[in-house]
Amino acid sequence: MNESSAIEILSYARLAEDVFCVKFFAPHIAEHARPGQFVMLMAYEKSERIPLTVAEADSAEGSVTVVFKVLGRSTADLSLMKQGESLYYAAGPLGKPTEFPESGRAVAVGGGIGLALIFPIIKEMKKRGLFVTTIAGVREKKFLFWEERLREGSEKFFLTSDDGSCGEKGFVTGPLKRELDASNDIKIVYAVGPVVMMRTVADLTRKYGVKTVVSLNPIMVDGTGMCGSCRVRVAGKVRFACVDGPDFDAHDVDFDELISRLTLYQDKEKEAASHKCRCL
Amino acid sequence: MPMPVIKNKTPMPFLDAKERTKNFDEVATGYTKEDALKEASRCLMCKNKPCVAGCPVGIDIPAFIKLITEERFEEAYEKIKEKNFLPAVCGRVCPQEKQCAAVCTLGIKNEPVAIGRLERFVSDYAEKSGKAKHNFCRVRTGKKVAVVGSGPAGLTAAGELSKEGVAVTVFESSHEAGGVLVYGIPEFRLPNKVIKKEVEQLGDMGVEVRFGHVIGRTKTLEELFEEGFDAVFIGAGAGLPRFMGIPGENLNGVYSANEFLTRINLMKAYRFPEYVTPLKKMRNVIVVGGGNVAMDSARCALRMGAENVYCVYRRTRAEMPARAEEVEHAVEEGVDFRFLSNPVEIESGETEGAPGLKVRRGGRKDSAGRVQCQRMKLGDPDESGRRSPVAIDGEYDFIEADTVVIAIGVSANPLLLETSPGLKLNKRGYIEINPDTFETSIKNVYAAGDIVSGAATVISAMGGGKRAADAIVKRFRGDE
Repeated sequence: MNESSAIEILSYARLAEDVFCVKFFAPHIAEHARPGQFVMLMAYEKSERIPLTVAEADSAEGSVTVVFKVLGRSTADLSLMKQGESLYYAAGPLGKPTEFPESGRAVAVGGGIGLALIFPIIKEMKKRGLFVTTIAGVREKKFLFWEERLREGSEKFFLTSDDGSCGEKGFVTGPLKRELDASNDIKIVYAVGPVVMMRTVADLTRKYGVKTVVSLNPIMVDGTGMCGSCRVRVAGKVRFACVDGPDFDAHDVDFDELISRLTLYQDKEKEAASHKCRCL
Repeated sequence: MPMPVIKNKTPMPFLDAKERTKNFDEVATGYTKEDALKEASRCLMCKNKPCVAGCPVGIDIPAFIKLITEERFEEAYEKIKEKNFLPAVCGRVCPQEKQCAAVCTLGIKNEPVAIGRLERFVSDYAEKSGKAKHNFCRVRTGKKVAVVGSGPAGLTAAGELSKEGVAVTVFESSHEAGGVLVYGIPEFRLPNKVIKKEVEQLGDMGVEVRFGHVIGRTKTLEELFEEGFDAVFIGAGAGLPRFMGIPGENLNGVYSANEFLTRINLMKAYRFPEYVTPLKKMRNVIVVGGGNVAMDSARCALRMGAENVYCVYRRTRAEMPARAEEVEHAVEEGVDFRFLSNPVEIESGETEGAPGLKVRRGGRKDSAGRVQCQRMKLGDPDESGRRSPVAIDGEYDFIEADTVVIAIGVSANPLLLETSPGLKLNKRGYIEINPDTFETSIKNVYAAGDIVSGAATVISAMGGGKRAADAIVKRFRGDE
């Protein structure tokens, strides 16, 4: 039986501590990928299926770029793949594309790996003529990447780090609060990053009554609405992040439940990681 | 006509119940040649052949059984293949007792002929002898059809169309072909290699499969036509799992049956950590539901090392929709059935007792610990004809469980439907079709299987795929 053409890795880079960027050849995904959408990937035949947000898609080149942090066995496997090798599987683009306001000011907040994930959002908002303020937050400088890209793509740019090793010391909510105080025509805040960061952003913007959208990252298995693993509680209702999201109104999301569901396989991750060590 | 001398079906050899729960090996080991000859001899070869009408794909059952009696096994296989592209699958998973065997003339006074077991025997025989490699196609017609989904409906449509000289491309969202056959039905009931072999045959006929293609997202229906496909067949499956809507359902350790089975079957969690997809360690498992999916989940849980597996069903054994054989196997393997019982709350592993006092169940606060089940009784029949379950006020049972698998059915997956304007849905959210041609509200777009009917059987999806393929071929002939 004919298989799909090889999903070859076109380029590969380490962006920061534990953060990797992989560009692969998948014209069928690149053609339609919109900001906010994700792909399901398998590095090898025995890998997990993991969801990764599309950081860049180039339909002319037929390429899709994902940026990910090594968190467990599957992301580690992906990080060890080299240029010229092929992924076992890639499907997408999945999830509903991000929706944008017609005009006005927008704030994009990215934390950790979210620095990459807000990039397509910023690009699209700028294209649509929105005034974009970007706030990038990292724990410390060694986790920082794509600073230039984000800065160039935005009208205003702020950088924060927890320890003050780059940008302003503190959390993303510092500059965000200043922006919210300074301007009353912010149409949307878009936040992508660690769940705790998204929750903190949501708590802040709720006070200002500013619409806030987050991109959620629950555990997925199939990613196409079949398994229900990615269920999240939004406005009291159970929604599936893969087909109903991954974008949701931040003020309606039950972040505590999401955090608890994300810890489900932590012990298994250790087991899987040690298994790999034995093999190598 | 000779009188039947053997009243009962020739027994199927099974692995020992105690041994088999330790592995995922196929439970039913299959008829020997002698078994098959004996069973085939029971067929009355009656003239009116009610079994053929009882088969959703219309296999000429007496004809293939007659060939078995003559030890012409490969020809028997060819006879089945005339109507059925997946005989090795159907011989294993069809609910024959509700279809062909339900109307078997012999079954009026005795046990019906074990048609499924014979079908499986000839398929396995042909596979071993190499005969199964053989597939004929008509001269290419120049027509192209896109098949969405490689489950039973899609594979059957692909096979039928290909046989008629139509070029077929199958778009599969997952990384393996087979749909529910690979993610849902467990290895011990339907070995993966059986599906692989049947799918390979389609490949030999020139059917192309593109993996990772999620129609509706990767490409829309409209784009498939723009690409030059003359028709599209949708066999996407039902998908979206249903939950009960009770408190505690989002606790860790609570799975939809789809997720539980997908992790185990498609992703091979039972071979973790060689295969990387994990499943939480489980000791006490509750499976909610009474269908085949519930039986598969319960039996998988045993094989994953659970100490106690309960099947909680709100009616009684008589109303269970599962195949009789699956229920028997589950009982033999030690699944503890709790009938007339309906979960109303999943409590966490650590719940608050009196103020300030924490009651630990040896579990975690964010995980399932115990399930509260309402006792039920049977009331009047509902629209399904089965007696309906009625709650007995104030009467509850509590079952300790760290894992809860919800197997109460699925609803329509919105993915393709939302991105296909013009595709008319019925009031349950499934695709509406012309019942004669299986054509949808969009011209040259056909659909069958669970995405049309809601969750049903493998063979009914295959029957739909076959009839839709026939209609497509007819349309093409009219066009020419």
